[in-house]
Amino acid sequence: MNHIKELLYKMADDLLIIGHRNSEWTGLGPILEEDIAFSSMAQDKIGQSQAIFQLLHELGEQEPDTVAFTRNANQFHNAVFTELPNGDYAFSTMRHFLYDVADQLRFEMLANSSYEPLAKVSRKVKGELKYHVFHANTWITKLGAATEESHARMQTALNECWNYALGMFEASEFEQQLISEKIFEGEAELKQRWLGAISPILTKATLTIPDESTWQPHTGGRKGIHTEHLQPLLDEMSEVFKIDPTAEW
Amino acid sequence: MLSEAQIWQALEVVKDPEIPTLSMVDMGIITKVEIRGESDVFVEMTPTFSGCPAIKMMEGMVAERLKEIGIEKVEVVTTFDKPWDSNKLTERGLMCLKKHGLAPPPKHKGEITQELLEHVACPFCGSKNTETKSPFGPTLCRSLHYCNNCLQAFEQFKPVV
Repeated sequence: MNHIKELLYKMADDLLIIGHRNSEWTGLGPILEEDIAFSSMAQDKIGQSQAIFQLLHELGEQEPDTVAFTRNANQFHNAVFTELPNGDYAFSTMRHFLYDVADQLRFEMLANSSYEPLAKVSRKVKGELKYHVFHANTWITKLGAATEESHARMQTALNECWNYALGMFEASEFEQQLISEKIFEGEAELKQRWLGAISPILTKATLTIPDESTWQPHTGGRKGIHTEHLQPLLDEMSEVFKIDPTAEW
Repeated sequence: MLSEAQIWQALEVVKDPEIPTLSMVDMGIITKVEIRGESDVFVEMTPTFSGCPAIKMMEGMVAERLKEIGIEKVEVVTTFDKPWDSNKLTERGLMCLKKHGLAPPPKHKGEITQELLEHVACPFCGSKNTETKSPFGPTLCRSLHYCNNCLQAFEQFKPVV
């Protein structure tokens, strides 16, 4: 069962952390529609993470709130990519694109998982993520090919994101077991599908993926090795819970 | 003892807290009603979106309605067993959305494409000379549009698979 728990933890943690980062755009979006978009995606992602924490709870882990709010950074399994600060709108949008395309493909693959409770949640979530990918595709193609400045800023964002994005596909020690039990087709397969999905959009946006000789995936997140950015995020996210675990709002 | 049909009928007055013209039955989020015994009813629901903040409130509204008609023991559970999709809205539900000023979701064939979101018929004038402003609106289940014909902004209840 450890292999399933590990898979669920990294997915739920990715969603919770990127959801929190998205929520940091609330009130600060460059235009009202974008403020609403990032806030809506935050709400979706935190709801989706709760659904996966609930699956973990059914496997004997603690309550979703307890798991979300009481662990330290080194107990989180999110990809480092998701915890990086929002930076400017170009960085946030590029991360949103690279992350959400991967996540939608992951949930599409898991909709056919032999682990039925996860397959059920995935069939629901993959439909919701469609809208996140539509949103990302629209802005990547618009901004990538709009003005000289927007193009330059999107290309810089892509370069900055790239090795962190590759870190999302860090292999698990249970990779073979997950594949042979038909629970998940594996990170390597997901990465291939992801490259196939993002390439045409980036081409349309006139953006260039960094040369393969420079690829150095920033891994470690899946094993609890994080940057200095995660703990302050967790401290802020859990502030109310730590003052009063029974608070409702 | 009340029949299952009577329970469904009683639930028709329970409205979506965000869209007061639309009942939960017409929305298609009540997936099962089971009479377990004398004055003992089980109701199964499914959320429109997994991050829907209204779901706990709606569970409570269903339970309260059934107590109101005299059911003593009520259990309401939310699951993803039969996931909601926008084709589950009833014909009356689609009409209710329009009455509320929301463009109803087009019927989908198992796949949502970006094209399906463009040129949504305006709920005010019926024109299809419209454009999508954002796939995200004031709630997770709505998107933002603009009608080039009657020059009004409007919202659509999103198609979801």
